[in-house]
Amino acid sequence: MNLGPHADFIVASYAVTVFVVAALVAWIFVDFSTQRRILGDLEGQGVTRRSQRKNDQ
Amino acid sequence: MAIIDLANPTRFLGIVNRVLPWMAAITLLVFAVGLARAFNAPDDYQQGATVKIMFLHVPAAWLGMMAWGVMSVAALGTLVWRHPLADVAGKAAAPLGAAFTFVCLITGSLWGRPTWGTYWVWDARLTSVLVLFLLYLGVLALYWTAEDPGRGSRAAAVLTLVGAVNIPIIRFSVDWWNTLHQPASLIRRGGSAIDPSILWPLLIMAIAFTLLFLTLHLAAMRNEILRRRVRAMRIMQAQELAEVRP
Repeated sequence: MNLGPHADFIVASYAVTVFVVAALVAWIFVDFSTQRRILGDLEGQGVTRRSQRKNDQ
Repeated sequence: MAIIDLANPTRFLGIVNRVLPWMAAITLLVFAVGLARAFNAPDDYQQGATVKIMFLHVPAAWLGMMAWGVMSVAALGTLVWRHPLADVAGKAAAPLGAAFTFVCLITGSLWGRPTWGTYWVWDARLTSVLVLFLLYLGVLALYWTAEDPGRGSRAAAVLTLVGAVNIPIIRFSVDWWNTLHQPASLIRRGGSAIDPSILWPLLIMAIAFTLLFLTLHLAAMRNEILRRRVRAMRIMQAQELAEVRP
Protein backbone atom coordinates (compact mmCIF):
# COMPACT_ATOMS: atom_id res chain seq x y z
CA MET A 1 0.00 0.00 0.00
CA ASN A 2 1.34 3.42 -0.97
CA LEU A 3 0.64 6.05 1.70
CA GLY A 4 2.19 8.84 -0.33
CA PRO A 5 4.56 11.61 0.76
CA HIS A 6 2.86 12.07 4.14
CA ALA A 7 3.07 8.43 5.26
CA ASP A 8 4.82 9.43 8.51
CA PHE A 9 1.80 11.47 9.63
CA ILE A 10 -0.63 8.65 8.82
CA VAL A 11 1.48 5.99 10.57
CA ALA A 12 1.99 8.27 13.61
CA SER A 13 -1.78 8.86 13.88
CA TYR A 14 -2.55 5.13 13.89
CA ALA A 15 0.34 4.42 16.29
CA VAL A 16 -0.86 7.03 18.81
CA THR A 17 -4.44 5.74 18.62
CA VAL A 18 -3.37 2.10 19.08
CA PHE A 19 -1.15 3.11 22.02
CA VAL A 20 -3.91 5.09 23.79
CA VAL A 21 -6.56 2.38 23.26
CA ALA A 22 -4.11 -0.36 24.38
CA ALA A 23 -3.25 1.70 27.50
CA LEU A 24 -6.97 2.09 28.33
CA VAL A 25 -7.64 -1.64 27.90
CA ALA A 26 -4.56 -2.58 29.97
CA TRP A 27 -5.50 -0.11 32.74
CA ILE A 28 -9.05 -1.50 32.94
CA PHE A 29 -7.76 -5.12 32.99
CA VAL A 30 -5.17 -4.42 35.71
CA ASP A 31 -7.68 -2.42 37.77
CA PHE A 32 -10.22 -5.27 37.55
CA SER A 33 -7.77 -7.93 38.69
CA THR A 34 -6.51 -5.64 41.50
CA GLN A 35 -10.00 -4.93 42.86
CA ARG A 36 -10.96 -8.61 42.63
CA ARG A 37 -7.81 -9.66 44.48
CA ILE A 38 -8.38 -7.14 47.28
CA LEU A 39 -12.03 -8.21 47.58
CA GLY A 40 -10.91 -11.85 47.77
CA ASP A 41 -8.38 -11.00 50.51
CA LEU A 42 -10.99 -9.10 52.55
CA GLU A 43 -13.54 -11.91 52.19
CA GLY A 44 -10.82 -14.36 53.21
CA GLN A 45 -10.38 -12.35 56.41
CA GLY A 46 -14.11 -12.71 57.09
CA VAL A 47 -15.02 -9.10 56.28
CA THR A 48 -18.49 -8.74 54.77
CA ARG A 49 -20.54 -5.81 53.55
CA ARG A 50 -23.62 -4.72 55.48
CA SER A 51 -25.95 -5.72 52.62
CA GLN A 52 -24.26 -9.13 52.45
CA ARG A 53 -24.97 -9.68 56.17
CA LYS A 54 -28.63 -8.83 55.68
CA ASN A 55 -28.83 -11.41 52.89
CA ASP A 56 -27.15 -14.05 55.09
CA GLN A 57 -29.58 -13.53 58.00
CA MET B 1 -36.78 -7.76 33.69
CA ALA B 2 -37.76 -4.16 34.41
CA ILE B 3 -35.24 -1.44 33.48
CA ILE B 4 -35.18 -0.34 37.14
CA ASP B 5 -33.61 -3.73 38.05
CA LEU B 6 -30.43 -2.59 36.25
CA ALA B 7 -30.07 0.08 38.92
CA ASN B 8 -29.19 -2.61 41.46
CA PRO B 9 -25.35 -2.83 41.40
CA THR B 10 -25.27 -6.60 42.08
CA ARG B 11 -27.71 -7.32 39.26
CA PHE B 12 -25.87 -4.84 37.04
CA LEU B 13 -22.59 -6.72 37.68
CA GLY B 14 -24.23 -10.02 36.72
CA ILE B 15 -25.47 -8.56 33.45
CA VAL B 16 -22.12 -6.92 32.68
CA ASN B 17 -20.25 -10.20 33.30
CA ARG B 18 -22.50 -11.97 30.80
CA VAL B 19 -22.56 -9.23 28.15
CA LEU B 20 -18.94 -8.02 28.18
CA PRO B 21 -17.25 -10.93 26.29
CA TRP B 22 -19.85 -10.68 23.51
CA MET B 23 -19.46 -6.92 23.23
CA ALA B 24 -15.66 -7.25 23.08
CA ALA B 25 -15.94 -9.86 20.31
CA ILE B 26 -18.40 -7.74 18.27
CA THR B 27 -16.19 -4.66 18.74
CA LEU B 28 -13.14 -6.53 17.40
CA LEU B 29 -15.14 -7.83 14.44
CA VAL B 30 -16.48 -4.38 13.48
CA PHE B 31 -12.98 -2.90 13.86
CA ALA B 32 -11.57 -5.58 11.54
CA VAL B 33 -14.20 -4.76 8.89
CA GLY B 34 -13.81 -1.00 9.40
CA LEU B 35 -10.00 -1.03 9.14
CA ALA B 36 -10.09 -3.27 6.06
CA ARG B 37 -12.54 -0.88 4.38
CA ALA B 38 -10.58 2.17 5.55
CA PHE B 39 -7.28 0.96 4.09
CA ASN B 40 -8.94 -0.05 0.82
CA ALA B 41 -10.75 3.29 0.50
CA PRO B 42 -9.51 5.49 -2.36
CA ASP B 43 -7.32 8.52 -1.67
CA ASP B 44 -8.95 11.93 -1.56
CA TYR B 45 -8.49 13.96 -4.76
CA GLN B 46 -7.03 16.88 -2.78
CA GLN B 47 -5.57 15.38 0.42
CA GLY B 48 -4.27 12.12 -1.01
CA ALA B 49 -3.71 9.28 1.50
CA THR B 50 -3.80 11.60 4.53
CA VAL B 51 -7.59 11.24 4.40
CA LYS B 52 -6.98 7.89 6.18
CA ILE B 53 -6.37 9.91 9.37
CA MET B 54 -10.05 10.93 9.20
CA PHE B 55 -11.11 7.33 10.02
CA LEU B 56 -9.55 7.83 13.47
CA HIS B 57 -9.90 11.55 14.02
CA VAL B 58 -13.65 11.90 13.37
CA PRO B 59 -14.81 8.92 15.51
CA ALA B 60 -12.46 10.04 18.33
CA ALA B 61 -13.98 13.55 18.17
CA TRP B 62 -17.51 12.11 18.28
CA LEU B 63 -16.65 9.96 21.29
CA GLY B 64 -14.99 12.86 23.10
CA MET B 65 -18.31 14.73 22.88
CA MET B 66 -20.52 11.66 23.38
CA ALA B 67 -18.70 10.72 26.59
CA TRP B 68 -19.38 14.22 27.94
CA GLY B 69 -23.06 13.71 27.02
CA VAL B 70 -23.09 10.42 28.96
CA MET B 71 -21.41 12.17 31.90
CA SER B 72 -23.97 14.99 31.78
CA VAL B 73 -26.90 12.56 32.02
CA ALA B 74 -25.06 10.74 34.82
CA ALA B 75 -24.43 14.09 36.57
CA LEU B 76 -28.17 14.75 36.58
CA GLY B 77 -28.69 11.29 38.09
CA THR B 78 -26.09 12.07 40.76
CA LEU B 79 -27.35 15.54 41.68
CA VAL B 80 -31.13 15.11 41.26
CA TRP B 81 -31.78 11.45 42.17
CA ARG B 82 -28.51 10.80 44.04
CA HIS B 83 -28.32 7.41 42.42
CA PRO B 84 -24.99 5.64 43.10
CA LEU B 85 -24.98 3.89 39.71
CA ALA B 86 -25.28 7.27 37.95
CA ASP B 87 -22.19 8.45 39.82
CA VAL B 88 -20.40 5.21 38.87
CA ALA B 89 -21.31 5.78 35.20
CA GLY B 90 -20.03 9.38 35.25
CA LYS B 91 -16.76 8.52 36.94
CA ALA B 92 -16.13 5.57 34.60
CA ALA B 93 -16.79 7.64 31.45
CA ALA B 94 -14.44 10.53 32.34
CA PRO B 95 -11.03 8.88 31.62
CA LEU B 96 -12.41 7.31 28.44
CA GLY B 97 -13.69 10.65 27.18
CA ALA B 98 -10.38 12.31 28.06
CA ALA B 99 -8.45 9.61 26.17
CA PHE B 100 -10.59 9.91 23.02
CA THR B 101 -10.41 13.73 23.12
CA PHE B 102 -6.62 13.40 23.40
CA VAL B 103 -6.60 11.09 20.35
CA CYS B 104 -8.78 13.63 18.51
CA LEU B 105 -6.36 16.48 19.27
CA ILE B 106 -3.22 14.53 18.34
CA THR B 107 -4.60 12.99 15.12
CA GLY B 108 -6.08 16.37 14.18
CA SER B 109 -2.70 17.97 14.67
CA LEU B 110 -0.99 15.28 12.59
CA TRP B 111 -3.62 15.72 9.89
CA GLY B 112 -3.35 19.50 10.01
CA ARG B 113 0.40 19.67 9.28
CA PRO B 114 0.28 18.19 5.74
CA THR B 115 -3.19 19.65 5.00
CA TRP B 116 -3.00 23.18 6.40
CA GLY B 117 0.76 23.52 6.83
CA THR B 118 0.54 23.81 10.63
CA TYR B 119 0.10 21.49 13.60
CA TRP B 120 -1.99 23.96 15.56
CA VAL B 121 -3.92 27.16 15.16
CA TRP B 122 -6.03 28.96 17.78
CA ASP B 123 -9.27 28.79 15.82
CA ALA B 124 -12.65 28.22 17.46
CA ARG B 125 -12.98 24.49 16.73
CA LEU B 126 -9.48 23.51 17.87
CA THR B 127 -9.59 25.75 20.91
CA SER B 128 -13.03 24.55 22.05
CA VAL B 129 -11.88 20.90 21.77
CA LEU B 130 -8.78 21.77 23.80
CA VAL B 131 -11.09 23.35 26.40
CA LEU B 132 -13.08 20.08 26.43
CA PHE B 133 -9.87 18.15 27.14
CA LEU B 134 -8.96 20.53 29.98
CA LEU B 135 -12.48 20.15 31.40
CA TYR B 136 -11.99 16.36 31.37
CA LEU B 137 -8.76 16.80 33.33
CA GLY B 138 -10.60 19.01 35.83
CA VAL B 139 -13.37 16.44 36.34
CA LEU B 140 -10.79 13.66 36.75
CA ALA B 141 -8.91 15.74 39.32
CA LEU B 142 -12.13 16.21 41.32
CA TYR B 143 -12.95 12.49 41.18
CA TRP B 144 -9.45 11.25 41.97
CA THR B 145 -8.22 13.73 44.55
CA ALA B 146 -11.27 14.46 46.75
CA GLU B 147 -10.83 13.10 50.26
CA ASP B 148 -14.58 12.51 50.60
CA PRO B 149 -15.72 10.59 47.44
CA GLY B 150 -19.31 11.86 47.82
CA ARG B 151 -18.27 15.52 47.80
CA GLY B 152 -15.85 14.90 44.94
CA SER B 153 -18.61 13.27 42.89
CA ARG B 154 -21.04 16.14 43.46
CA ALA B 155 -18.40 18.73 42.54
CA ALA B 156 -17.50 16.73 39.41
CA ALA B 157 -21.20 16.49 38.48
CA VAL B 158 -21.60 20.28 38.77
CA LEU B 159 -18.49 20.89 36.64
CA THR B 160 -19.80 18.36 34.09
CA LEU B 161 -23.13 20.17 33.74
CA VAL B 162 -21.42 23.56 33.46
CA GLY B 163 -18.98 22.14 30.89
CA ALA B 164 -21.86 20.74 28.81
CA VAL B 165 -22.25 24.28 27.42
CA ASN B 166 -19.02 23.63 25.49
CA ILE B 167 -20.50 20.74 23.45
CA PRO B 168 -22.78 22.87 21.19
CA ILE B 169 -19.96 25.43 20.97
CA ILE B 170 -17.68 22.70 19.55
CA ARG B 171 -20.41 21.47 17.20
CA PHE B 172 -21.34 24.87 15.77
CA SER B 173 -17.96 26.63 16.08
CA VAL B 174 -17.25 26.07 12.38
CA ASP B 175 -20.57 27.77 11.48
CA TRP B 176 -20.43 30.64 14.00
CA TRP B 177 -16.83 31.70 13.38
CA ASN B 178 -14.45 31.83 10.47
CA THR B 179 -12.20 28.83 11.19
CA LEU B 180 -9.34 27.07 9.47
CA HIS B 181 -11.12 23.82 10.35
CA GLN B 182 -13.51 22.72 7.63
CA PRO B 183 -17.29 23.08 8.14
CA ALA B 184 -19.50 20.05 8.82
CA SER B 185 -19.33 17.64 5.90
CA LEU B 186 -21.16 14.62 7.28
CA ILE B 187 -24.27 15.78 9.17
CA ARG B 188 -25.50 18.85 7.32
CA ARG B 189 -28.44 20.17 5.32
CA GLY B 190 -28.53 18.63 1.86
CA GLY B 191 -26.86 15.39 2.98
CA SER B 192 -23.27 14.31 3.40
CA ALA B 193 -20.59 15.93 1.24
CA ILE B 194 -18.40 12.81 1.46
CA ASP B 195 -18.25 10.28 -1.37
CA PRO B 196 -19.78 6.89 -0.39
CA SER B 197 -16.42 5.14 -1.00
CA ILE B 198 -15.02 7.10 1.96
CA LEU B 199 -18.27 7.65 3.87
CA TRP B 200 -19.00 3.96 4.48
CA PRO B 201 -15.61 3.09 5.99
CA LEU B 202 -15.95 6.20 8.17
CA LEU B 203 -19.39 5.13 9.42
CA ILE B 204 -18.18 1.57 10.13
CA MET B 205 -15.18 2.94 12.06
CA ALA B 206 -17.52 5.25 13.98
CA ILE B 207 -19.67 2.24 14.97
CA ALA B 208 -16.51 0.31 15.96
CA PHE B 209 -15.27 3.19 18.15
CA THR B 210 -18.71 3.58 19.74
CA LEU B 211 -18.82 -0.16 20.55
CA LEU B 212 -15.30 0.15 21.99
CA PHE B 213 -16.45 3.01 24.20
CA LEU B 214 -19.53 1.08 25.40
CA THR B 215 -17.44 -2.03 26.14
CA LEU B 216 -14.76 -0.12 28.04
CA HIS B 217 -17.39 1.94 29.85
CA LEU B 218 -19.19 -1.16 31.13
CA ALA B 219 -15.85 -2.71 32.19
CA ALA B 220 -14.80 0.52 33.95
CA MET B 221 -18.20 0.71 35.70
CA ARG B 222 -17.70 -2.85 36.94
CA ASN B 223 -14.26 -1.87 38.32
CA GLU B 224 -15.73 1.19 40.04
CA ILE B 225 -18.48 -0.89 41.72
CA LEU B 226 -15.84 -3.34 42.97
CA ARG B 227 -13.69 -0.42 44.21
CA ARG B 228 -16.65 0.92 46.23
CA ARG B 229 -17.23 -2.53 47.72
CA VAL B 230 -13.58 -2.67 48.75
CA ARG B 231 -13.93 0.74 50.39
CA ALA B 232 -17.14 -0.26 52.20
CA MET B 233 -15.54 -3.48 53.46
CA ARG B 234 -12.41 -1.65 54.67
CA ILE B 235 -14.61 0.78 56.61
CA MET B 236 -16.51 -2.18 58.14
CA GLN B 237 -13.20 -3.83 59.03
CA ALA B 238 -11.91 -0.63 60.67
CA GLN B 239 -15.17 -0.23 62.64
CA GLU B 240 -14.99 -3.83 63.86
CA LEU B 241 -11.37 -3.36 64.95
CA ALA B 242 -12.33 -0.16 66.80
CA GLU B 243 -15.10 -2.04 68.64
CA VAL B 244 -12.76 -4.88 69.65
CA ARG B 245 -10.02 -2.48 70.85
CA PRO B 246 -11.77 0.47 72.49
